[in-house]
Amino acid sequence: MNETTNLLIGIAMGLNLLALGSSRLPTLILAMSAQGVVLGLMPLLIVEPPDWRVLLVAVATVAGKGLVIPHLLRRAMRTAHIDREVEPFIGFVPSLLLGAGGTIAAVAVARTLPLLPEHSGSLLVPGSLASVLTGFVLLIGRAKAISQVCGYLILENGIYLFGLLLIHSTPLLVESGILLDVTVGVFIIGIIVDRIQRAFDSLDTRKLTALRE
Amino acid sequence: MKELSLIIVPLVGAMLAAAWPGNRTRPWLLPLVGLIHAALSCWLLAAPPAAPLGAWLAFDALTRAVLPAVSLLFLVCALYGVSYLRVRGERSNRVFVTALLAVLGLLSAGHQARHLGLLWIATEAVTLAAVPLLHFNGTPRAFEATWKYLLIGGTGIALSLLGSFCLGYASLHGGGVGDLTFTALIAQGRGLSRPWVLAAWVLLLVGYGTKMGLAPMHTWKPDAYGEAPGIVGAILAGGVTTVAFTAILRVRAVVSAAGEAAMADRTLLALGLFSMLVAALMLLGTRDFKRMLAYSSVEHMGILTIGAALGAAGFWAAMFHVWANSLTKGALFMSAGNLRRAAGGRTTDEVCGMALLTPRSAAIFVTGMFAVTACPPFGPFFSELRVVRAAFETGHGAAATMFLTCLLFAFFGLTRLVFAIVDGRPRRTARTAGHHFPETMGLVLPPLALLGCSLWLGLWTPGVLRDAWTAAASQFFPVK
Repeated sequence: MNETTNLLIGIAMGLNLLALGSSRLPTLILAMSAQGVVLGLMPLLIVEPPDWRVLLVAVATVAGKGLVIPHLLRRAMRTAHIDREVEPFIGFVPSLLLGAGGTIAAVAVARTLPLLPEHSGSLLVPGSLASVLTGFVLLIGRAKAISQVCGYLILENGIYLFGLLLIHSTPLLVESGILLDVTVGVFIIGIIVDRIQRAFDSLDTRKLTALRE
Repeated sequence: MKELSLIIVPLVGAMLAAAWPGNRTRPWLLPLVGLIHAALSCWLLAAPPAAPLGAWLAFDALTRAVLPAVSLLFLVCALYGVSYLRVRGERSNRVFVTALLAVLGLLSAGHQARHLGLLWIATEAVTLAAVPLLHFNGTPRAFEATWKYLLIGGTGIALSLLGSFCLGYASLHGGGVGDLTFTALIAQGRGLSRPWVLAAWVLLLVGYGTKMGLAPMHTWKPDAYGEAPGIVGAILAGGVTTVAFTAILRVRAVVSAAGEAAMADRTLLALGLFSMLVAALMLLGTRDFKRMLAYSSVEHMGILTIGAALGAAGFWAAMFHVWANSLTKGALFMSAGNLRRAAGGRTTDEVCGMALLTPRSAAIFVTGMFAVTACPPFGPFFSELRVVRAAFETGHGAAATMFLTCLLFAFFGLTRLVFAIVDGRPRRTARTAGHHFPETMGLVLPPLALLGCSLWLGLWTPGVLRDAWTAAASQFFPVK
């Protein structure tokens, strides 16, 4: 089971790099949602045999991160008539280098962390750290509101990955509450994105500079 | 059951508000729910229920010491809200009233949460529920502020989730079962894995510190408070921040049980002093009187954090200051809202002579400014005095000196700005706008009532509150 989970986390780490390197918004959204689906399947592999509660969390996560959230983002993109360029502050090559360096650093750091024996061979912790880092690079280094939201969601994916370490002890209620909060959050973000587009006639966050000292 | 009603009644009220047809009558739901909530929380304050140890939601000593302040503040804000929404009758208030009531319900849930996961869910939900309140004015500036609030607040709150998981892993790695209730974590105490506790403390402090508005994570605050209506600022500054503060206090108790109390106190003290310093410097520079209130809030969050770092006496003072700050800040936000509407501007370049245009609100604003900068005999003076005394008693003389210096600079900054807008001759544009803004009783009495409460807290601190604060302090610092 460990090999399969590691393979999935490896795919998720590859999707991080795709997200960092993509210059088109639809690709970025696709990378983010594919990562969400991959991570959503993980509980089924970790808990053996999967009981109905784990199944419920997995289905909810895949549906939420793979369908609902990308749909909301695409709709926000359509209604706001955004052109599809990503417009980076931090260029694609530096972002990729940061992402790759960060992934290597995450693997190295995770080795020095005190982990339980059953987690020491797994990529859970490095994968989580790498996704959190990717999320931060996208949050800081992208100008469009939608790409920042994707960065936030990749950060959230990293945290979800870390949460899998606790899957045997976190109750279902907490898991579903967190998922609900994230989904509602994206829904609200979608509304605000639409309003910003109407108010500023653009989704470029570089134009949001009226408020400062 | 009464504890749960504190959460359920506002949420039911929110649903009712969403379905209510009349735009003119809907705001009356605010004081109605506020009154029930305040009555319930005062009842619970006077007769505290038993708090079962393993429960996920409980009205424990800390909740009892803090939640009634939020409840009282909400009630007064709700009364102001009725008059305010009448002035803003041109806008539909369906979403505003619904969101405000939802915020109250979720705040009550956050205050009572004894499970890290549940606490996170409630805090994140409050963050999201407050979004429609921030952009009620519908201006581009309001949307810009909302965006910054969502992004910075969202990232901060995500980091606190990571911190919560780290604390769970600390329990797992230390041989526990990864139970995230505070009772279980404290019971495990030194059994928690030390490196993971430290990681969790940093992440949770940054996460909930962002929500609380501690420097350097405070950057969303001036924007959000500057653009939101006055009552929203009051509820964010006096209610939402207290949830984050109690979250930090609860996590600190776990860290201290794990044997890292000295480290936790050092970081709290450093972060608190840094917040005060940043706030004092920004107060000297800002020209916008609504942003000024945000920096003043950053300063007071710093004071709370410093109090929390100074042992039982400091903790007691921090509880006192939660009350003093929430109530006084509420009066300032509401009167500032009145001034802002009457003047049609917000910076010293656009606004002056408000004492002639809106004499009552201006008088409340000036008095409130003196109250919040710790002039006797208002509440903040006595609570800050106790923080200083606790600092000297625990041998933090240098910190106390810096604390007092920052207070002095903040005083200079606030008086400079407040008198610049109150004194002088009103601008001609403002004089015509002023005629459209009658200072009705509904807009003047609520802030006045809060100032009265602040005075009452300072001069005659009620015995039941002292008992509640002592009970909370002894829950976190058991007498050995």
